[in-house]
Amino acid sequence: MANGRFFDEMTKPDGLPRDVYQRVAHWLASAPPELLASRRSQAELMFRRIGITFAVYGDKDSTERLIPFDIVPRVLGRSEWTRLEAGLIQRVKVLNMFLADLYGKGEVIKAGIIPEDIVLNNEHFRPEMRGVKVPHDVYVHISGIDIVRVDDHDFYVLEDNARTPSGVSYMLENREVMMRLVPELFAQHRVAPVENYPDALLSSLRSVAPKQAGSDPVCVLLTPGIFNSAYYEHSFLADKLGVELVEGRDLLVKDNVVYMRTTQGPQRVDVIYRRIDDDFLDPLAFRPDSALGVPGLMSAYLAGNVTLANAVGTGVADDKAVYTYMPEIIKFYLDEEPLLKNVPTWRCREPDSLKYVLDHLPELVVKEVNGSGGYGMLVGPHATREQIAEFATKLKNDPDGFIAQPTLNLSTCPASFESGIGARHVDLRPFVLSGADGVRVIPGGLTRVAMKEGSLVVNSSQGGGTKDTWVIEDFQGGLV
Amino acid sequence: MLSRTADNLYWLSRYMERADFLARIIDAAQRLATLPTAYGGTGSEWESTLNAAGALDGYREQIGAVNETSAIYYLAFDPQNSSSICNCLEYARTNARAVRTALTIEMWQSINGAWLEMKRFQAAFGKPGTIDRLELTRFLDFVRKASLDFDGSAHRTMLRNDAHWFSRLGLYMERADTTARILDVKYNVLLPETEQVGGSLDYFQWTAILRAVSALTAYNWVYKETIKPWLVADLLILRPEMPRSLRSCYDDIARLLDNIGRAYGGTGASQNKAHETLRQLETIDIKQIFETGLHEFLTEFIESNDALGAAIGAQYLIHVDEGLFQGQIQSQG
Repeated sequence: MANGRFFDEMTKPDGLPRDVYQRVAHWLASAPPELLASRRSQAELMFRRIGITFAVYGDKDSTERLIPFDIVPRVLGRSEWTRLEAGLIQRVKVLNMFLADLYGKGEVIKAGIIPEDIVLNNEHFRPEMRGVKVPHDVYVHISGIDIVRVDDHDFYVLEDNARTPSGVSYMLENREVMMRLVPELFAQHRVAPVENYPDALLSSLRSVAPKQAGSDPVCVLLTPGIFNSAYYEHSFLADKLGVELVEGRDLLVKDNVVYMRTTQGPQRVDVIYRRIDDDFLDPLAFRPDSALGVPGLMSAYLAGNVTLANAVGTGVADDKAVYTYMPEIIKFYLDEEPLLKNVPTWRCREPDSLKYVLDHLPELVVKEVNGSGGYGMLVGPHATREQIAEFATKLKNDPDGFIAQPTLNLSTCPASFESGIGARHVDLRPFVLSGADGVRVIPGGLTRVAMKEGSLVVNSSQGGGTKDTWVIEDFQGGLV
Repeated sequence: MLSRTADNLYWLSRYMERADFLARIIDAAQRLATLPTAYGGTGSEWESTLNAAGALDGYREQIGAVNETSAIYYLAFDPQNSSSICNCLEYARTNARAVRTALTIEMWQSINGAWLEMKRFQAAFGKPGTIDRLELTRFLDFVRKASLDFDGSAHRTMLRNDAHWFSRLGLYMERADTTARILDVKYNVLLPETEQVGGSLDYFQWTAILRAVSALTAYNWVYKETIKPWLVADLLILRPEMPRSLRSCYDDIARLLDNIGRAYGGTGASQNKAHETLRQLETIDIKQIFETGLHEFLTEFIESNDALGAAIGAQYLIHVDEGLFQGQIQSQG
């Protein structure tokens, strides 16, 4: 399965399975094709049922569709996970310190670690947040760090998602479906559970409530509403957390205190897990045309009467231009080497880098600094001559707006298709929670897979699928 | 619970009940419209049906002259009629989707399944024009069954808490309104015992009313005699054992509002109003109603029912920003 060019999660270049994949490889090799086919169709049926349960449905009016699911798990050994986990905790700790500093004393800028203009000119930088103290200095309560690997040893951070990362409901549901689908595989492995994520999230949220909230703070989940593409995740999470799923119109602000409108009158709200971007939070503070937000929310927030998770203004930390400075930023705050590598990146704003990028476009991936979802990017090796020429012009006109990276040989993982087992490229989004009690990672995450052979784009908006992600105890030898 | 959640649950049930009512009156009107005038066919059956649905003004404005095919299309399918059956099912589902987590899986599946099925019918009846009667019968049966399904799943699976009470409240408020409306549209054929009855000419009109509220068999069980117009009025207004009567609806409305008041530790305008109406329905008899005039009685009832709806809205569903801060801020949920 490994074709030698890419690191395969299951199969070594000599054709034998890697230790952590011994049992899965054996299962795949011994399972008759009919069995795999029936599991695939069962999986589809279960997801369709969940889809009917949560999301939408008819073809014409569908605002959501099912994301393809692959039944072969992504497996990580405990020792691999321990390294990754330490790196994620280090990274998110620093993201919080970095944000506290940017909106505080600005030492990272004074020390010349990062150019001031990258921060100040960033559209996600919120001057309103300067000098504001957020509870326990936690800004990024929930983050999803996109990880890729290209070999046996190293994990690379592809992107830090520090605003309102989504996908965690797939992590939870994929596991539920897999446990029903392949109980025999679970019986052979000790898979670390992920089902405690909602509990962990709730306790993180409660830990950052304003002091005056008392011992039983009221938390809510704020959604843009039923037409948002992630609405189903919002309602799923609110249900699991046992908190109200509110829209902007359910909240009101009176004397800088936030209330929700209930059948028993207004009820005070202490913590808002918001799945709305900064721009739409409060029409009085940000976009005046936003009908999704709550007038006065920002002033209640600045008065310290309500906690927003994530904090306002975290977008400046997950910007792709800021990303390129993360290794230096980690060293600056912790005086430690970064445990997770950055993908080597050319900042097109620097003339030497721009020249290199323009000379090597066919082999590079070029991304917009503010883009997301796999849109607005150039994948050099897969681009036509015209597309490359078009991007060259864009780059020359707005070098600050772009970064470039080598085309990564993302690892592959076996996936099951009608035509048999095929290796497909994957990445991994683990979810990291920060609260008053520190930073923690749920063992697992969302593995995204490019379902098309050879494709490197894993985004669900571009036809990517998902897999269940297992963290298992290290190989003890022998097949069960 | 969030006011919006209560509001969505309340309207979800109202729209499901309204869809059911519309299906029933279309069915009843179809029967009447085929009768020869010698049997009480009036030729204005579709007008009075549009009227009972509260859709006559809209129809005249948007469509014009009343004829059967257009009236059926307008009542059942027309997207421009905000109270067409299809729109009711559409709104019901939109409300359900917004409160997905407050519904049981069974309720959601019944409503979502009905919506998908409705889309198929809608595609088949895409344009006004000729109506395939067989297909229409199937559609009307489907709508009644969808409403039963929803009702049954709510009854069998919901926790008996405020979510359930608001959902049921919507059902009985809508049912009281529609029962009163269909009676009012036909008040001219519902005469008191003392009046000279126009032979059996109106017989089919009376049975049509009973059929529209699925009470034909119930009538026979309750009165054990041939159909008399004042007894039809008595059954649908005053009999507590008749599940669509105004009295029975208000038994339920008052009980549900009491449950809510008890759970929330306080009552208000809506409880007072509901009990006032209930007392009136308990004490008045059908003779007195005919003495004051059936039409007057029903008009007053419909207005009073609307006022109760507004009171429920103000007390629980739509909180106006100011004013509600007067001494009722909760510290904990």
